[in-house]
Amino acid sequence: MNIASILATKGDKVVTVRGEQSIREALGVLAQHNIGALVVVDAGLRPIGILSERDIVRAAAKDEKVFPLLVSQLMTRDLVLGDPGDDLGAVGQTMVQRHIRHLPVVDGGKLVGMVSIGDVVKAQRDQYQGEVDTLQTIVMEHGA
Amino acid sequence: MALGSAERPLRVAVIGAGPAGFYVAEHVLRRPDLVAEVDMYDRLPTPYGLVRAGVAPDHQKIKAVTGAFDKVAAHPSFRFFGGVELGKHVSVSDLRTHYDQIVYTTGAQTDRRMGIPGEDLPGSHPATEFVAWYNGHPDYRDCQFDLSQERVAVVGVGNVAVDVARILCRTPDELAATDIAEHALEALRHSRVKEVYLLGRRGAAQAAFTNPEIKELGELQAADVTVVPQEVELDPLSRQALEQGGDRAGMKKVEILQSYARRPRSGKPRRLALRFLVSPVAILDNGCGAVGGIRLVHNRLVASAAGTIQAQATGELEELAVGLVFRSVGYRGVPLPGVPFDDKWGVVLNEKGRVLDPDTKQPLAGEYTAGWIKRGPTGVIGTNKPDASETVTEMLEDVAAGQTLQPSEPDPAAAERLVRQRQPDYVAYADWLRLNELEVARGVGRGCPRVKFTRVDEMLAALGNRTRP
Repeated sequence: MNIASILATKGDKVVTVRGEQSIREALGVLAQHNIGALVVVDAGLRPIGILSERDIVRAAAKDEKVFPLLVSQLMTRDLVLGDPGDDLGAVGQTMVQRHIRHLPVVDGGKLVGMVSIGDVVKAQRDQYQGEVDTLQTIVMEHGA
Repeated sequence: MALGSAERPLRVAVIGAGPAGFYVAEHVLRRPDLVAEVDMYDRLPTPYGLVRAGVAPDHQKIKAVTGAFDKVAAHPSFRFFGGVELGKHVSVSDLRTHYDQIVYTTGAQTDRRMGIPGEDLPGSHPATEFVAWYNGHPDYRDCQFDLSQERVAVVGVGNVAVDVARILCRTPDELAATDIAEHALEALRHSRVKEVYLLGRRGAAQAAFTNPEIKELGELQAADVTVVPQEVELDPLSRQALEQGGDRAGMKKVEILQSYARRPRSGKPRRLALRFLVSPVAILDNGCGAVGGIRLVHNRLVASAAGTIQAQATGELEELAVGLVFRSVGYRGVPLPGVPFDDKWGVVLNEKGRVLDPDTKQPLAGEYTAGWIKRGPTGVIGTNKPDASETVTEMLEDVAAGQTLQPSEPDPAAAERLVRQRQPDYVAYADWLRLNELEVARGVGRGCPRVKFTRVDEMLAALGNRTRP
């Protein structure tokens, strides 16, 4: 199973922000969409960083005047990018090992979606549940 | 009158009678706090989707899930309108007139192309067409496959590819004991196929097939399975991934394949050659305008940024002389007339099962999707159950919020009148159950679970004159 099947049920909108926008604006976008991270893109819609609620919390703990700062000042530049064809299991392992909670997915350099650790957990749970259910049905209907 | 009450039941149309459709119906009909009526439509007169037309005939145990579907269909508020096609007999706007909610569960009906030269030469086929043909799908009843060829390549190592390779290697006696379609059994009786190559682009550890499936390949009556030892050596990347993921089944899979590589040939008349780390780059012409071979490039494994072990071409080429090619490199949904489609993923444009307006990206009231046409072709039959549950949860939230269609004729009798007017030959579930009994009875002579009807007119003739209420 690949992560394209996660993106397939998320509509086709990806919430992004630009590096020159303020943290105040970014917080508004996070709250409006009820999400935990934003992909930061350049003018060509290529991902250049990721801004998570944690990045903002960390900065706010040091200095309460975070609102006027720019997204580019707080974003994480060390990006791990996914591909729609990436295996669900491999992505899950990578996210756990590297403590990544959001994986922007690109196709031919263009941002096509975002996969969260919650999406991965849900997809894996559905996969296992489906396998167990299939086996149970075979046993029950067959009277084995 | 509250929608979903005994006075005004929730009326739901489900389009497509495969596993996803039945799981949606089950979730809707079994809610204790909801009174609902489900009408299930399918373009074929027969239900069960890929359980009937996809699951291999020698895997009858998997088909036992239809018993669970029959229990759903036995609910007094469930109706089946078989042989009724969306876009041909009824339109989305017809459905909007008669139902509060519509759920599209039509599956992934077409195969992905490889995008290589020679793909369209005679003798190169989508594996799904072969599968639909041997399973007796009426649309593929008259397909022709040149089984006078001795060497066949099957591209892919997923369930479908493995099924096709296995069916090509079975003896007529093995096949006759299954519910394989008569025409396919007859054609396969005269098959001259001797060598079947199953081609995987990645390594043994990444192959999608399961351990029981590989063991089955090693136990074929009339075919020896062969494996190239170097192609199933565990590379450092795969070893690391299996160990870190604690993937014991994956480790076992590699061990079984390595044991096949050490196994001497026992002189069975056919050979099933499992190949790994090869990708087709061209299908070759035999000089007479048909398939004569396949050119492969050898691959090495590399890790993607997100950790997936991927194939990377080395440039080393190899040619296999084959006269028949089946491709099985993935599937795609087909757009439904009048329903928004997401071309990027090959699914109905949706968010967690709610169909979206392509312009506003906001949910379209009363329209939903589940199964492969919602998420793409992944998982086993049972994976559609949690998937359908997610969709039904959204449907009930929307009922509570008053976000449904506003049908002008929310009456079961009106919907049936419409269907009867547009498609007088529709098949109800009781009709299907009779057809089922007839098929099973026809199987007694052959000593198999059933002999399928493979033409729609044959099915209707067998049912004879039906009295309609």
